Amino acid sequence: MDLRPALDIASLTDPGKVRSHNEDSLAVDAEAGFVILADGMGGYNAGEVASGIAVTMLSDSLKSALRGGLADRETGSLVRAEIERTNAAIYQAAQSQPQFSGMGTTLVFALFHDNRVTVAHIGDSRLYRYREARLEQVTRDHSLLQEQIDSGMLSREDARLSRNRNLVTRALGVDPAVAAEIQEHAALPGDIYLLCSDGLNDMVGDEDIQLTLGALGANPKLAASQLVRMANDNGGRDNISVILVRILRDFPANRGALARLRTWLK
Amino acid sequence: MAKLIVTLDGQPITELELRKERITIGRKPHNDIVIDNLAVSGEHAAVATIHDISFVEDLGSTNGTLVNDAPIKRVPLRHGDEIEIGKYRLRYAHPEGIGTRKGPTDFDNAPTPHDTQSQAPAQPQPVGALAAHTVSLAGEGGGPDQPARQETAAAAAAAPADAPLEPAKTEGTRAAIQILNGPNAGKELELAKTLTSLGKPGIQVAVITRRPHGYFITHVEGNLRPAVNGRALDTHPRQLADHDVIEFGGIKMEFYLK
Repeated sequence: MDLRPALDIASLTDPGKVRSHNEDSLAVDAEAGFVILADGMGGYNAGEVASGIAVTMLSDSLKSALRGGLADRETGSLVRAEIERTNAAIYQAAQSQPQFSGMGTTLVFALFHDNRVTVAHIGDSRLYRYREARLEQVTRDHSLLQEQIDSGMLSREDARLSRNRNLVTRALGVDPAVAAEIQEHAALPGDIYLLCSDGLNDMVGDEDIQLTLGALGANPKLAASQLVRMANDNGGRDNISVILVRILRDFPANRGALARLRTWLK
Repeated sequence: MAKLIVTLDGQPITELELRKERITIGRKPHNDIVIDNLAVSGEHAAVATIHDISFVEDLGSTNGTLVNDAPIKRVPLRHGDEIEIGKYRLRYAHPEGIGTRKGPTDFDNAPTPHDTQSQAPAQPQPVGALAAHTVSLAGEGGGPDQPARQETAAAAAAAPADAPLEPAKTEGTRAAIQILNGPNAGKELELAKTLTSLGKPGIQVAVITRRPHGYFITHVEGNLRPAVNGRALDTHPRQLADHDVIEFGGIKMEFYLK
């Protein structure tokens, strides 16, 4: 099913104002209905290798899996299996090639299907949902900071000032196995989904993100460049990547007789 | 299997399939691709291939490695990319054309970078009030719209171009717009937020953004574009100067600094 008529997608990545190269990687496929963002890390510039492998492997395998049609119940397990495969590939590369040792990457991913969105994430790259003039953070960071907030050691106010804000407690490619957090939500026309690396949300507060999506949401491309611009204006200390997905209309799965027959014959 | 095709002055010299996890390119004979030329370092560059994805990496060579004319440290390769080492060119060819990025990303369709962006590295802008004023618009059109592949170049360009902007003009300054005609004539709207939108969503919308170096107006949606001092806006944000007159849906407004 071609989701292009239902999704208006814009994406943008920028090295920021401090770092000389960009370790973030993105993939967008409006036809298949998925978007992927990864923020790489690791010694000697291997970060972009990890994020590059993650995004390329996931998008290639999803594309071929989706071509065969998606039986709804399988979505979560399909995504989980593909993420585990990608994790193993990055982990092996890091083990076998010394210049890549210690590399890893965050991942945030959204797959739109049958009026729903499946969200998977590992690490501190985020997915936000803007609905009815309110911005809501859908993913919860896998970071030391978030754990400290959860355990009551830090207030949200203190957290904004914390120095070790970028320590992630879960990443793709650093261990032989990884647990991605997977959620599923209803997607409604008018919703705007924002996927971003921490280069955005460390530099731009939620209120300003909400304000931007409220004013510019009708034009995702413009909204994306405004978000990146704000992050750079506020210091641009890290690579900044954003993907915006606006839901233009319903996208129910094709349940025609022919489609049912095809599934049945398989 | 992906391969590298080596050419000199457009003439193919050799090609190498990327079977190994890592191949090296350099002047010394132990490299997988040996280029016997004094401009090429002993160990000049390496190509690592993992699960069908290849990355080229400069090994600290004297004269550097370029990919599609931009200097790199390490970048993923896409079908058709050209690595430049000395006078030699190595084209990366993937049988399935992997990573040609048709569709998946927006970057190929991104508007061409602002002219000033490409000039910036060659002619570092002098730090001064006058320079700050001219360059601010360049930064506005450039940065985020850069294609991904030009990251390094973009970063290099951003530094000198944006540097003069640092003395923040909007810190402490306030601005407002005053309506000049119609039933609300005389009313004033303070531009207190980082982003103020004008108009009706779904019909016609423009926003005024507050940035460290000034206020900018951008057209968001609607067939009629707002005009500043009688000139309609294009797709780029336009910086507002004190006493500019904005015309928007029949309403005239004056922008002024407080």
